[in-house]
Amino acid sequence: MRRIFWRIALYTSVLLVTTIILAPVCWMFIMSVSSMTDLTARPMQWLPATMDFSRYRMLLTFEPNSPGEIFLLALRNTFLAAAGASILSLIVGFPAAYSFSRLPGRRAPLLYLVLSTYMLPSAALILPIYIALSAFGLLNTPFSLAVVYCSIVLPFVVWLLTGNLNTLPREIDQAAAMDGANLWQTIRHVVLPLSGAAIGTAALFGLLLAWDEFFFSLILTNDLRAKTLSVAIADFAAGRATDYPLIATAGLLSALPPVFIAFFLQRSLVKGLAAGSVKG
Amino acid sequence: MFIIVLGVTGYPLLQTIWLSFHSRPLAGHDVQADWVGLANFKTVLENAAFRAAVARTLYFTIVSVLAEAMIGVMVALLLDQEFRGRAFVRALLVLPLAMPTVVSAMMWRLIYNPEYGAFNALLLQIGLIDDYRSWLGAPGLAMNMVIIAEVWKNFSIVAIIVLAALQTIPRELYEAATIDGAGPWARFRNVTWPGILAPLSVALVLRTIEAFKVFDIFYVMTRGGPANTTKTATFFVYDESFAFLRAGSASSYALVVVAISMVLIAIYVRLLRRQDQP
Amino acid sequence: MKRILGALSIAAVMAASTVVQAQDIVLQALFMKQTAYSDKDVRDMTNDFEAAHPGIKVNLEFVPYEALHNKIVASISAGSGGYDVALVDTIWPAEFATNQFVDDLTSLVPPRDPIFGGAWKTGEYDGKIWAMPWILDTKYLFYNKDILAKAGFDHPPATLDELTQQAKVIKDKGLADYPIVWSWGQAEALVCDYALLVQAFGGQFYDESGEPAFTKGGALKALQFMVGSIKDGISNPRSTEFLEEEVRNTFSSGRAAFALNWTYMWPLANDPKQSEVAGKIGIVPAPGTPEGSPQAAINGSMGLSIMRNSDKKDAAWQYIKYLTSQETQDKYASMSLPIWKSSYADPKVVKGQEELIKAAETSVAIMYNRPTKVQYQEISTLLQQQIQSALLGLQSPEQAMKDLASQTSGMK
Repeated sequence: MRRIFWRIALYTSVLLVTTIILAPVCWMFIMSVSSMTDLTARPMQWLPATMDFSRYRMLLTFEPNSPGEIFLLALRNTFLAAAGASILSLIVGFPAAYSFSRLPGRRAPLLYLVLSTYMLPSAALILPIYIALSAFGLLNTPFSLAVVYCSIVLPFVVWLLTGNLNTLPREIDQAAAMDGANLWQTIRHVVLPLSGAAIGTAALFGLLLAWDEFFFSLILTNDLRAKTLSVAIADFAAGRATDYPLIATAGLLSALPPVFIAFFLQRSLVKGLAAGSVKG
Repeated sequence: MFIIVLGVTGYPLLQTIWLSFHSRPLAGHDVQADWVGLANFKTVLENAAFRAAVARTLYFTIVSVLAEAMIGVMVALLLDQEFRGRAFVRALLVLPLAMPTVVSAMMWRLIYNPEYGAFNALLLQIGLIDDYRSWLGAPGLAMNMVIIAEVWKNFSIVAIIVLAALQTIPRELYEAATIDGAGPWARFRNVTWPGILAPLSVALVLRTIEAFKVFDIFYVMTRGGPANTTKTATFFVYDESFAFLRAGSASSYALVVVAISMVLIAIYVRLLRRQDQP
Repeated sequence: MKRILGALSIAAVMAASTVVQAQDIVLQALFMKQTAYSDKDVRDMTNDFEAAHPGIKVNLEFVPYEALHNKIVASISAGSGGYDVALVDTIWPAEFATNQFVDDLTSLVPPRDPIFGGAWKTGEYDGKIWAMPWILDTKYLFYNKDILAKAGFDHPPATLDELTQQAKVIKDKGLADYPIVWSWGQAEALVCDYALLVQAFGGQFYDESGEPAFTKGGALKALQFMVGSIKDGISNPRSTEFLEEEVRNTFSSGRAAFALNWTYMWPLANDPKQSEVAGKIGIVPAPGTPEGSPQAAINGSMGLSIMRNSDKKDAAWQYIKYLTSQETQDKYASMSLPIWKSSYADPKVVKGQEELIKAAETSVAIMYNRPTKVQYQEISTLLQQQIQSALLGLQSPEQAMKDLASQTSGMK
């Protein structure tokens, strides 16, 4: 009897959690395929009379001066900035993590210094970055955005990679060294292949962080040459929300890539987070 | 690497500190910086609206992080049980996490819409309210509605970390505790809690830092309204620089925000240390 | 599948962005969403301009009004990465001219006479023209004829007292839960509604000596009126969250008897595709008071400016000249009324919007200007907050205005 009661409680709770996570997103999907009159009707009809996918087509077709152009160019800019930040952070972050993990000397304080930069609010950095970029004529480009995003992505990458490299036994390096490999060869042929999963996780995490960024993009970009999705979405939605279905569609579509990546790499994401937080 | 860290963090930070002691227009024909000593900080600290905004931001931070911690731990415990479809529900956890903050803010803004929002429709149809009402336009309420949106987006990161920690606790410990006659609460207190404490703390530190810097969710959902009741500390940096064109005092606002973050972080680190030594 | 589509589109985007020919001058122009002219109208005008001016291409950018000022400011330092042409609100020329963000257009603009004086005011500061007027706009009182008829009224209110009285009857008869809807969210829209009421009550923001006059006379009465109308339930309490679009949606769905809004609502609320009250609405100048101004109107016009950091100023001026020309404006007159006086005698312009033009004749002549201040942004930010705190019952109107006066004293 008690067991049955327990099962019921368990499944009810699971259902509740599932609903809480899914309901808002499902509602956004319903909005995206509804017409304005469906949405403004009172009492609310929860399901639209007909499913209308026209906004998806609108946003995914590239035509000059259309919502599609805004969306697709913003998607391109976001991708360039996020991928650029991720790659750059990995290129400089991996050697750094390796040195934190392997090389002699007390480097822990340095590691904490790097980590603490993550804690700085963007607002504390924005003005000098803005002034410096404007002096070099580099405002409003996705590439400067990528470099600036490193201030957010790099600490995380170093943190994740250091934690992961610490779990690789040092004997491997030593064995390689005994076989006559120099430091570069050791890293290239032994350490790198073994930390492939961790690098993947770090890259993914960097991508997610950069995809989510808003404040820098809001201030350092003006228009579609560099504006990212988060700012484009805020522009779509802020204040004068009129075409709710279109806004919902834009939101869903721009959430799709990060959600897709996150689902795809869920296992390593969870593992990476867990490793980082246990070691941190 | 240090060049990049210095370039995108160290140098700007020093510049911000330098700026905070100067009066400098943001842009225009005359961008000369004049030394003003501590005058900017005096303005900032004497600004009652800013002090209120700091208090508000602390409220937002504390309430949302506490809620995320409680819900996150409960959900993690739930998903640690055996049930059908567990893998699916666990996978779902990454959905709010991966959804961009701006998108989630926009989604909740549409849901709370006073004229057409699903929230009003739902509450009306199940009879909890008798007329549509304003959620983001009511002082006091607006802040809490934003907190709900914030918690929805971020409880899952706590849940994921705690769930991973739960899986590292050896089952034998539970069995041993049961044999010793420990009830569910005692098992949680003596086996589960010590096992998840460290990762949970790290997650909460991260969340606290993030929450105190908050800008985007409010920018999209309320823009600081109504009557400034959701205007957070970061808004002052933004307004001071890009609406009122004062780069100097904007830097002072930014540094005060940094100082408060530091204090928050220090408090957390102390708390963690104390828990580490039982 | 989506992903493949996305990847293809990215490829298409990359390819398409190289179509522009090397010798073309490419202008960057900044507009706002949901102005009098819709995004689509501006795009159509721009396409026509490009067709008539080979060698010039224009990239358009639309942001919400709430982001417009800060976007312009943040782009000033972007050099050639910034804008060439930007839409500038009537409250900004003082700030933009003083900080030299925009060019002085005085020597370029056409003769003054054929254009309304109120329009010129839009871009004028210190005796010079900093923005070429483009959108001539003010707020009107829109009313739902059906609801008024059912309530037994055969004419729209002529005074604010009458508005209150009619609204009360409409509410009592259950014809609308909240008869009046306003844009009282924490934004510039709130200041526009408030300024209009200040004029109606014969008040002013600053007295002759330049001291804040919020605490007395019409400026205080205007706020007391706003607070009272929410307390009495004749104004929609959700107004404190609304901007212009929410006002339009509420009015268009037939849930409000009265609404204060810009010209653009007239064609849209009369469009059966977007409105349930199409053809059943009226428009009049906003009512005033016997002791103040008999009617009230706020200058909400906007102009086009050339950014100081632009390196394509000739092309930029050609573009501005084209958009503000009488031909272009007459063609789109159903979206926004022309700045040109003689257009109103043109049957093609007047046709179909006689009622609007009749209201405009009164309103445009009396358009009230918000204070011309270099620090307007800051004053307005404080004003919005204090008005809202009174509207939401956080403090009394008297206290709110007293606080405001002390906060803004000394601002330039």
